[in-house]
Amino acid sequence: MVLLSPTSDQPRVTPLATLLAELAQARAVRGPALPFGIPALDERLADGGLSGASLHEVAAAAATLTDDAAATLFIAGIAARFASQADFTAFWALTRFDLYAPGLEQVGLGPDKVLYAQGTSDSSVLAMAEDALRDGSLACVVAEVKSADQTATRRLQLAASDGKTPMLLYRRHRVRDRCPLSGFSSAMTRWRIGCVPSERLPHPGVGRPRWSVELVRQRNGNPFSLPLDACDDQGRLALPAAARDRTATPNGELGAARAASQAA
Amino acid sequence: MREMGRRSESAEHPFKAMPTDEGGACLSSAPALSWATLWGKPTILIERAGQRDLVTAACPVALGLGLRPGMAATHARALVTDLEVRDAEPEADRAWLDRLALHAVSHWTPTACPSGEDGLWLDLSGTTHLFGGEARFCRRLLRFLERLGFTASIATAGTPGAAHALARYGGETITLLPPGAEAQAIADLPLAALRLEPEALASAARFDLERIADLYPMPRAPLAKRLGLATVRRLDQARGLVAEPIIPVVPFEAPHAERRLLEPIGTAEAITQVIADLIDDLVIQLRERGLGLRAAHLTCLVVDGSEQHVAIGTSRATREPKHLKRMLGMRIERIDPGLGIEAMTLTAPRVEELEAQTLEAGLGASGRPPDIAPLVDQLAARIEPDAPFRLSSQESDVPERAVRRVEALAKPSGWPAWKRPVRMLRRPELLSHVVALLPDHPPRRFTWRGTAYRVMAGDGPERIHGEWWRTSQELWAVRDYFRVEAEGGERFWLFRRGDGVDEQTGNLSWYMHGMFG
Repeated sequence: MVLLSPTSDQPRVTPLATLLAELAQARAVRGPALPFGIPALDERLADGGLSGASLHEVAAAAATLTDDAAATLFIAGIAARFASQADFTAFWALTRFDLYAPGLEQVGLGPDKVLYAQGTSDSSVLAMAEDALRDGSLACVVAEVKSADQTATRRLQLAASDGKTPMLLYRRHRVRDRCPLSGFSSAMTRWRIGCVPSERLPHPGVGRPRWSVELVRQRNGNPFSLPLDACDDQGRLALPAAARDRTATPNGELGAARAASQAA
Repeated sequence: MREMGRRSESAEHPFKAMPTDEGGACLSSAPALSWATLWGKPTILIERAGQRDLVTAACPVALGLGLRPGMAATHARALVTDLEVRDAEPEADRAWLDRLALHAVSHWTPTACPSGEDGLWLDLSGTTHLFGGEARFCRRLLRFLERLGFTASIATAGTPGAAHALARYGGETITLLPPGAEAQAIADLPLAALRLEPEALASAARFDLERIADLYPMPRAPLAKRLGLATVRRLDQARGLVAEPIIPVVPFEAPHAERRLLEPIGTAEAITQVIADLIDDLVIQLRERGLGLRAAHLTCLVVDGSEQHVAIGTSRATREPKHLKRMLGMRIERIDPGLGIEAMTLTAPRVEELEAQTLEAGLGASGRPPDIAPLVDQLAARIEPDAPFRLSSQESDVPERAVRRVEALAKPSGWPAWKRPVRMLRRPELLSHVVALLPDHPPRRFTWRGTAYRVMAGDGPERIHGEWWRTSQELWAVRDYFRVEAEGGERFWLFRRGDGVDEQTGNLSWYMHGMFG
């Protein structure tokens, strides 16, 4: 019964091969993905990383300025890793300029790596981003907008796949208590970044910043959430190291709870 | 010497250094209406020569008081107490002469150039009838220079050498020499009028030769042996026996393309087509001259006589037709064709040299980095009059002043690796209810924008002193910056005014300045 006749086997192999070829072609169109270098993160992403020719959305977890800064650094770290080759440039379009460039340099996005442009409205920022994507000469395009409907994101996604350039769209909070990622969007992945307390050091001082990184939606994959250590000077995230001595930390129960949730 | 086809004149520089014993008197007698005579204060120009300052020029008042170009400045100061002394600016004089020569080329005659440091040569052959003859032209030229504030003397002669001599040593404001009379006219002038070398002048003085006429009867071979071959050549040039061409200055002409249309056009497609044709014409010119375009200006002449102007700029010199067409195409909607456009002109007012570049041998590196200059132009067109920019460091420790904007294609420099926030408040915001240990501990708790925060950890202080060279308020000012983490994981950049010990440095108020993520 389990024996398959060669006549029936032949047609069954062919569709599989064609399917695989189609899939590989689709992958090739989407461009190479940029892995985070963290197995726990990359394994859960459908592409094994951030696709280099599609739209990714990032928002702050809450409408506070600190979460806003965390999301900005998350984007800057990704942009720095996309533009890590010499003489490659990322483009950052925004309407209200409050970035502090020395801070961006400290996650690897140095002043020679990034080109800024300040638009007057969201529509001009989106138009600039689309131009920059279609040009294809940039390593990465970042745009900060308050509102972008499904048409706008669809245009950006098409432009990104045409220009083989990754697009990072930072959705700023418009209304308090309403997540900007709640609407429809054509983005490949959607991230929500917030600040969480960092590991207490045995000596006075602030430890490496820690974020809650939440993948709200992704195409062909499941959402997930995990705490991560913030970008280093090359823009790389890291998994938090397990606390060596839990009892010594001032908020031991919090660390223990986090360790438990991580183990789960 | 009309057969040389050339009549020349030269304009006298107002403050020309002139040997006192030969022709200086003629200048002092000339009516000079300039600011120096109006003020009535004697003025001299001086220039450093070796160990001492020499007078290079003196105004008519100073000449009347006995000051002469060539005397020491200290001598002049001793002779006249109330003396205005200024530094000579030979480069500025040269620039003025160049401008005048360019003006002459574009208005009076195609062949003109500066002669020496103080004159102009204009080739007037066949051009003076446009101005009503030589005499009227000379008067007109004098009036023009007078309006500019110059005094001048003009000589018109058949050879440049004779005109040069008569203008400087003739003693008259306007000298019109009939053709063929050069040798007689310059016979009584001193030898210096022949533009001789200083050594030749010195040996001529030894032989007791003073006037140009003294040279006429001399045999040529001994003359050349004693005074040099250059002297003979100058003499022949002045008499018209040897040709002396004037090398004209060529004014720079901006690349320019024009299309006159058979019928007025009004549709966007037709305008696009004409723009494409204009750019193709312009690019051919640019390629031939080895130039790249930095700015282009499109003028559309509408049927009713009005003009429509559109301009583009590029971040780097380029002559790529596709890029230029796209840049101008983005601005077509700003052209209002009205009843129709009958002519279009494209000029490049700003160009730079653009030559072929040597490519590196493609060993090692896989490929050259992509060129973002076209993209920068395109983005600049979207956000006019703003433009894409980069941020570069500026030498200042005060955080707000450490960043400046530079051009998109400039090479920016980085910052020191002190911990800095990623977003900064536009201006620091005052914190309230701050509890902190003095002098150098981060606050324990504070309230900002109505929310109370309890600080779990802090780094600092990083002390930044005010820049006393800017304002006196910053003379003692001190900011102590702290990086703190609040209970919920928020990381802030705070500072306290004052070092906590000395009251002069600040009032110990706390401010929020930025956010770390």
